[in-house]
Amino acid sequence: MMTIYVNGEAREVSTDYTAAQLVATLGLEGRRIAMEVNRDIVPRSRYAEHIFAPGDQIEVVHAIGGGQPSQPL
Amino acid sequence: MSDRQDPLIIAGERYTSRLLVGTGKYKDLEETRVAIEASGAEIVTVAVRRTNIGQNPGEPNLLDVVPPTRYTILPNTAGCYTVDDAVRTCRLARELLDGHDLVKLEVLGDQKTLYPDVTATLEAAEILVKDGFKVMVYTSDDPIIAKRLEEMGCVAVMPLAAPIGSGLGIQNRYNIVEIVENAKVPILVDAGVGTASDAAIAMELGCGGVLMNTAIAEAKDPILMASAMKKAIEAGREAFLAGRMPRKRYASASSPLAGTFF
Repeated sequence: MMTIYVNGEAREVSTDYTAAQLVATLGLEGRRIAMEVNRDIVPRSRYAEHIFAPGDQIEVVHAIGGGQPSQPL
Repeated sequence: MSDRQDPLIIAGERYTSRLLVGTGKYKDLEETRVAIEASGAEIVTVAVRRTNIGQNPGEPNLLDVVPPTRYTILPNTAGCYTVDDAVRTCRLARELLDGHDLVKLEVLGDQKTLYPDVTATLEAAEILVKDGFKVMVYTSDDPIIAKRLEEMGCVAVMPLAAPIGSGLGIQNRYNIVEIVENAKVPILVDAGVGTASDAAIAMELGCGGVLMNTAIAEAKDPILMASAMKKAIEAGREAFLAGRMPRKRYASASSPLAGTFF
């Protein structure tokens, strides 16, 4: 097992855990999302082959309502 | 006039509507959808945020009600205070939208004024333009900075009318006119519009368009305000193209004096 961080939350996963498995676990298959691992984009086309490493910082993002940041985030 | 061709051209793409709208602060997604439809906007800006891991996977998504097949989605870097955050946000947005590279760059300077950090904006714009992005850039109403951003390759320059979300209207018309007169790319007023007359003034000054969010979303009736803004943008544009009469110091009668019987 190893620890990875998804949107700031620690997760224990197997050492051969892929981006595709993460997306499936999160129930985000077919959703319009984007993924960054340690600040580098992982294209959707590579989710199946991308295996995480221990300590990876993963960001999963999507589009939300916003235009002008009226409130600090 | 209505059938006269007068498109807004941004990065080679033609748009009929000169009103660009944000998607924040609406009551719900349905209100967002109906207000955007009423505004007639073709370019719609969205923010990029962490997916809420705990959320119900069946929950509707913003892009379901504002589909990229119907609208030009303009991801923004709202909430970014550093060059790095803004650049990362744009790269994630490009991946999110299958390589779509039109972005709205904003790098903010402080939380009280939400004023743009222009030095960081210049730096981020340079990185993004080199990386192949088509950058529409939010900036202050400084004519020198606006020109520099254009020269760097930004596809549109978007000076503020007044602070974001303030609804104060155009505070420095002379700066906006100066920026418009010197520009070869569209100048869009972004931020500070409060009501329809503010939008009309921006267009009368020769702006290519106006981007707004709060003025519509925080109106008592957002859908009616969206419709008002659509008309104001069109009226202001037509008035600009028509060319206003000169201002005069004294009255000038519009009825002839010849033929009076008194």
